[in-house]
Amino acid sequence: MIRRALRSSRLGVLALVALSLSQARAETAPLRWGTDAQGGAPYVYQDPSDPNRLTGFEAELAGMLSAKLGRKPVPVFGPWAQLLELLERGDFDVALNGIEVTDEKKRVALLSRPYFAAAEVLTVRTGDPRAPKVLAQLQGRTVGTLPGSLAERILRRAGAEVRTYDGGQDDIYADLKLGRLDAVLLDEPIARYYGDIDSALTSVRSDFGEVRYAVALKLGDEALREQVDRALLELEQSGELRALYERYGVWSPETAALFHDAHPEARGTAEEFERWRGLVGKLPPFWERVRTRYPALVPVFAKGAGLTLVVSLAAMALAVALGVAVALSRRSRWQPLRAAAMAYVEFFRGTPLLVQLTMVYFGLPELGVELNPFVAGVLALGLNYAAAEAENYRAGLESVPKGQLEAAAVLGLTPWQTLRHVVGPQAIRVAIPPMTNDFIALLKDSSLVSVVTLTELTKTYGNLASSTRDHLGLGVMVALAYLLLGLPFARLARAAEAHFGRHLGGEA
Amino acid sequence: MTLKLTGLTRQYRGNPQPTLRGVELELPSGTLVALLGQSGAGKSTVLRCVMGLEPFERGQVDVDGAVVRGTEEVGRKEREAQVAVAQRRLGLVFQSFELFPHLTALQNCMLAPVEVRGLAQERARRRAEELLAQLGLEERMHAFPAQLSGGQKQRVAIARALAMEPRVLLYDEPTSALDPSMKHEVVQTLKRVDATGVTQVVVTHDLALAKSVEHVCVLDQGRVVESGPPDEVLVAPKHEGTKALLKAWLAD
Repeated sequence: MIRRALRSSRLGVLALVALSLSQARAETAPLRWGTDAQGGAPYVYQDPSDPNRLTGFEAELAGMLSAKLGRKPVPVFGPWAQLLELLERGDFDVALNGIEVTDEKKRVALLSRPYFAAAEVLTVRTGDPRAPKVLAQLQGRTVGTLPGSLAERILRRAGAEVRTYDGGQDDIYADLKLGRLDAVLLDEPIARYYGDIDSALTSVRSDFGEVRYAVALKLGDEALREQVDRALLELEQSGELRALYERYGVWSPETAALFHDAHPEARGTAEEFERWRGLVGKLPPFWERVRTRYPALVPVFAKGAGLTLVVSLAAMALAVALGVAVALSRRSRWQPLRAAAMAYVEFFRGTPLLVQLTMVYFGLPELGVELNPFVAGVLALGLNYAAAEAENYRAGLESVPKGQLEAAAVLGLTPWQTLRHVVGPQAIRVAIPPMTNDFIALLKDSSLVSVVTLTELTKTYGNLASSTRDHLGLGVMVALAYLLLGLPFARLARAAEAHFGRHLGGEA
Repeated sequence: MTLKLTGLTRQYRGNPQPTLRGVELELPSGTLVALLGQSGAGKSTVLRCVMGLEPFERGQVDVDGAVVRGTEEVGRKEREAQVAVAQRRLGLVFQSFELFPHLTALQNCMLAPVEVRGLAQERARRRAEELLAQLGLEERMHAFPAQLSGGQKQRVAIARALAMEPRVLLYDEPTSALDPSMKHEVVQTLKRVDATGVTQVVVTHDLALAKSVEHVCVLDQGRVVESGPPDEVLVAPKHEGTKALLKAWLAD
């Protein structure tokens, strides 16, 4: 069974390698643009009324830009704070998701001309008498924002007590409303979509500063930057950008100044903003959501769940194979092998999975090993869980009494035959229950692969929750999905346990 | 001679006194022999050294021509090869039987013949069925060890050993794991196997069992001190060790 699992995972790897080779750049290659869909409205988000559709003013901008370059836009997803690292690795050609023009960013990436500007605005609770109103009042106050943002730096300089949130902006405003924060400082479009939408919150523009967004490209990719800059300038001068921003309700005096446009006031209605507010401003009751909204989400969740399952199965196959090897090495006669196996277990058991995954994905390229996201995710999870599996198998092997080994030896069985026919079958029964636990834990830990651009189940939830502001209802859905994934394996494990333990039954 | 021990010496590390101090033993083929001795006399050590489960430093074990020498006398690789050859001519019935719990009685008796002797499944099965039937287990062939009584388990263990066609079959304390009322059954089984012509060595401290065999050897302080038919050795002991052994039995 193990051998078959190994073979199929090897085939999977080959298929992926072939896939990544075929993605090699050609002139007509698609424009892979990096983004974080969890960043939410109005930038890049899953349309709350049609979650299969990616929308937002930057999603549309990516489409317009690609059209100008004669390439097909392909979004690649990664955590917002890591977009520039993923860009450097070559996971996409451009990062386009509220990348702020700052000196730090210019050091690690090439930035295009700015395509958008906005004020940093402070959001506070409506009617809070102690609410800060200007920068100087932020000293010592607890203020929330996004990690690695310009707003975070402004807050630190102002001496505020800064709280950063990885999960998405909706959480930040929720904490403000609950009184866990005194204020939130973020870019105006975010405040507009997530803060002002709630009458309990009010935003103030003051002296907090201004942010500009640009497209980030790989250092040295001047040729592409020139094309992007030219395209952005054309879109700016033709008024297409202004029209785009107006539709999303994010046209700002700052952008007007940036574009040398004499009309800072927006024209027409912000139809996209109104549509979004209509959909998420006030959520319908849970059962109505179950009836009207969630059926449409099933395919999206199924896709995420599929990836979660495939990643977990592949990682578990690797963990089992490697775990057996490590467990057997720990019983080797050869001391250096025993020591190496022990060091392996201690290292992989004693360090966080996220650190290991980050090392595999972002660290190995330094040594010339570049893995595609799926392989890196499976490898990191597999290496980590192999340590746990090795310990399970060691416990299983040690549970077999020494007399059994002696009985096998005096019958003339070789060590391999003894393992296969005598010790193995008895050890498996002991190892199955902890293995089941590990697999279910692995299923959950596989959510970490979202940091390497894989949109699995948890990330799917994060994205949807952020674009629909429906955390509780979708949370129930995603919890159900995880349970459905895990249950068959729990049942399978019980059957296997019964199979390997059938000799323990009563009188025949 | 089927089994011949010459100058077998075994010393545990950190123990000033050797456990075996030159054990000499010669067993003609086809006999049923009891190896007696008080606890600590070295009975189990002799058995484990003969079976290759423990090393010994000096002396030699000769199983029908397959010679194993002490660790101080030959290199490790060579010795391992010697042990492997000798083991193929030996069988052991463990005190706690050590049946493979996940295999049925029949499968227990088939595993080694198929894997080690390379017999075809069918042939191994026929032979195993034959042996189990001989030992009165025809009804229990498909039972798992957990479903068998102590005496039945022991007979499966004997059949498992016999399936490898050993020249010598050794038993480690065959009565100790069984109910005292089973002693008679054990003796019956030994006699039944004796009839097949296999040399049997029973390591025991059970007087009743010792009295029912053809030949006894008494081990005392790591040496064989006396041997002969039980009605001589156990009736008119010459050596102090044997006398002490009999005294201990009477006190029980």
